[in-house]
Amino acid sequence: MGEGFFLQAFFYLAAAVVSVPVAKRLGFGSVLGYLVAGVAMGPAGLHLIGSEGEDILHFAEFGVVMMLFLVGLELHPARLWRLRGPILGIGGLQVGLTATVFFGVALATGLRWQMALAVGLTLALSSTAMVLQTLSEKGLLETDGGQNSFAVLLFQDIAVIPMLAIFPLLATLEPKAGEVEHGPAWFEALVGWQQALVVLGAIVAVVAVGHFLSRPLFRFIARTRLREMFTAAALLLVIGTALLMETVGLSAALGTFLAGVVLANNEYRHELAADIEPFKGLLLGLFFIAVGASIDFDLVAGQPGTVGALVAVLVGVKLLILLVIGRAFRMGLDQCLLFAIGLSQTGEFAFVLFAFATRNGVLSPEVADPLVVVVALSMLTTPVLLLLHDRVLRPRVGTRRRDARTADAIDEQNPVIIAGFGRFGGIVGRLLQANGVGTTVLDLDSDHVDLLRRLGFKVFYGDASRRDLLMEAGAGQAKLLVIAVDEPEKVLELVETARRHFPNLQILARAPSRSDAYDLLEAGVQHVYRETLETALRTATDALRLLGFRAHQAHRAAKTFLRHDEDALRELARERHDEVAYLNRSRQSIHDLEQLLLSELEAPLDVSADEAWDSASRREEFGEG
Amino acid sequence: MLFAHPSLQRSRVNRALIDAVRDVEGVTVRDLYELYPDMDVDVRREQALVTEHDLLVFHHPLYWYSAPPLLKQWIDLVFEHGWAYGGGGGALRGKRLLTVTTAGGREEAYRPGGHNRYTMAQLLTPFDQTAHLCGMDYLPPFVVHGTHALSDDDIAACGADYRRALEALRDGRLDVDSAPGPRLNSDLDAAIVPAD
Repeated sequence: MGEGFFLQAFFYLAAAVVSVPVAKRLGFGSVLGYLVAGVAMGPAGLHLIGSEGEDILHFAEFGVVMMLFLVGLELHPARLWRLRGPILGIGGLQVGLTATVFFGVALATGLRWQMALAVGLTLALSSTAMVLQTLSEKGLLETDGGQNSFAVLLFQDIAVIPMLAIFPLLATLEPKAGEVEHGPAWFEALVGWQQALVVLGAIVAVVAVGHFLSRPLFRFIARTRLREMFTAAALLLVIGTALLMETVGLSAALGTFLAGVVLANNEYRHELAADIEPFKGLLLGLFFIAVGASIDFDLVAGQPGTVGALVAVLVGVKLLILLVIGRAFRMGLDQCLLFAIGLSQTGEFAFVLFAFATRNGVLSPEVADPLVVVVALSMLTTPVLLLLHDRVLRPRVGTRRRDARTADAIDEQNPVIIAGFGRFGGIVGRLLQANGVGTTVLDLDSDHVDLLRRLGFKVFYGDASRRDLLMEAGAGQAKLLVIAVDEPEKVLELVETARRHFPNLQILARAPSRSDAYDLLEAGVQHVYRETLETALRTATDALRLLGFRAHQAHRAAKTFLRHDEDALRELARERHDEVAYLNRSRQSIHDLEQLLLSELEAPLDVSADEAWDSASRREEFGEG
Repeated sequence: MLFAHPSLQRSRVNRALIDAVRDVEGVTVRDLYELYPDMDVDVRREQALVTEHDLLVFHHPLYWYSAPPLLKQWIDLVFEHGWAYGGGGGALRGKRLLTVTTAGGREEAYRPGGHNRYTMAQLLTPFDQTAHLCGMDYLPPFVVHGTHALSDDDIAACGADYRRALEALRDGRLDVDSAPGPRLNSDLDAAIVPAD
């Protein structure tokens, strides 16, 4: 890891930091920004990165792996089952039709049928990375078009497994000696059925580990309370799964996707998702840069007409088929256009499959190389077409964006988020739950989370002051945020995060002490609850009763005191600000108490409010008794 | 306007009535069960508000021939000796008091020999006398009878009447003395002096 590495990293990061904001500013998505950055830095542009682009591409494919893991995390089996119609129907039809048409076209150009079939199948796939990234950036994932796109992409991602399995059977050329590498020697040495058994075993292992081992493991790691340990564990999980799958000759992306689905019901999944997310984002960016850099512009310059025509045919045919399918499944015109344009490119799996096919002697480099360029160029067309759709087409066909937020939305989008479900938050949560109000709970105590999960609460492990985690918990849609976290610093951090990023949330915060209450009021929280106040007042009320006060009188006295004290709190909070800025925390609370007692000496508690029940003045006036 | 209903979420008639007048200019609605769920009435605040207004409306369902307890609590605490009545009292003098109430029984049930034996006016005499003691004018009550049998259209019509009556009272266009019938809303058209 010498100078070369830093220089590389510098160029990549600089390219991303410069080009992506510009692209977003101009209304293109980040994907086009990355692609253009790649082209600019590649051999065709500034030549800052050269032949290692391919290596980078291989490395950056890991971003795709992570993305599929995250996709899997979102897909608990129940949701997968609900989507089975669109996945099999729309997805199956899309892949089937598109592959058939391209198979025909390839045959017509004089390829052998085996080659034509491999080309047809590969070109039918779209880019999960690009489509999901773009749709979620535009906030269109939840629309009809978005959901159907998602279903098709899922089908395609799953369809890659059988494709990888049958490609070797299509080989008509001599496999490149020494380049066929499935896995280690011991695996290659096994007979067919033994290999199948090992593959099956690997899958079972992923499911079993995810199902039985992950919880105790995560809980153990969570107990260390070191955030980086959790990140490390999350990465380890993804990389481990990918490694295992590659060893047995399966796609790493699909393996991690499977691992994601297995973990989708896990209470740590928000934390996992939040930890993996930035890695995925950066690696995907790297992936797109690499795609841009690897476009062989010499080849394009050599036969611009042919390449252009191929790109046009590829995108055109896919668009047409998707439009027909969209209409057949009764999608609105605007949604149908979004769906068709979004999926009109051929995606990252094509690079994998073409490389795989070449190694296995299915395709010759003369066939595969231009196709790789065509695929990369097709990925360049999508952001442009989408921009056209945004600016020109959608305004004409009407912006009837039908949100499909019904069933899924209710699932996670509870109106109340409770941060900290200990002795305080627990009571709040139970009362709300008893009245049919859905709550999403975030807690940092893994034992707690575990217990509550077993009792049927919707609890997630994680540090609620993290913006990404709040987002995952549905803070964008929720109405209330109840803060019952113990550490005062965390509470203030959470208040600040929530107020800055989720102004829709009304905050109800617990204050362990008076001085915490001051801090919260100062931070702009309207609803502040001092945790000992009500209990202390009840104690005082009972003390009065034991001394012979009537219950109602004692009760009223406490009420009056409470009102007075709340007023005093707000009053002193305002005054305190300038005075005690220089005091440290322990001095502060003594100072606060002093101010409070002084203010009560100056203006004694006003007990006159209940005077109407006092007949003294009437006795005086009317002379009765 | 003092509005007292312990379970508004279950009452279609009172919900419609209060919604019909919430935004009338010059009217301040004090939704007591919303403000003081623990019966802890802020006496000084309520007295200050009463001072600012000329007409007091006690709007409540008729429970056991009287108002729900929080309204009684409000009266008990706010109408203090030395403020509302007695020596030094007089804060209410010259103001008017209107009862707006809803009852499940029909008007025919509220009469001698009827199911409820007394007329509505007789049952409301404690409020009448309260007004009198404090030097206020007690207006004929605005009563909605037979609430269980009302259609949505009937309820909407009652709401509209309520709004008209309040506006007319505010603008001095309601001739109370010539209002026919025992209720303010027995024949509202006859009681309201048309605006010219």
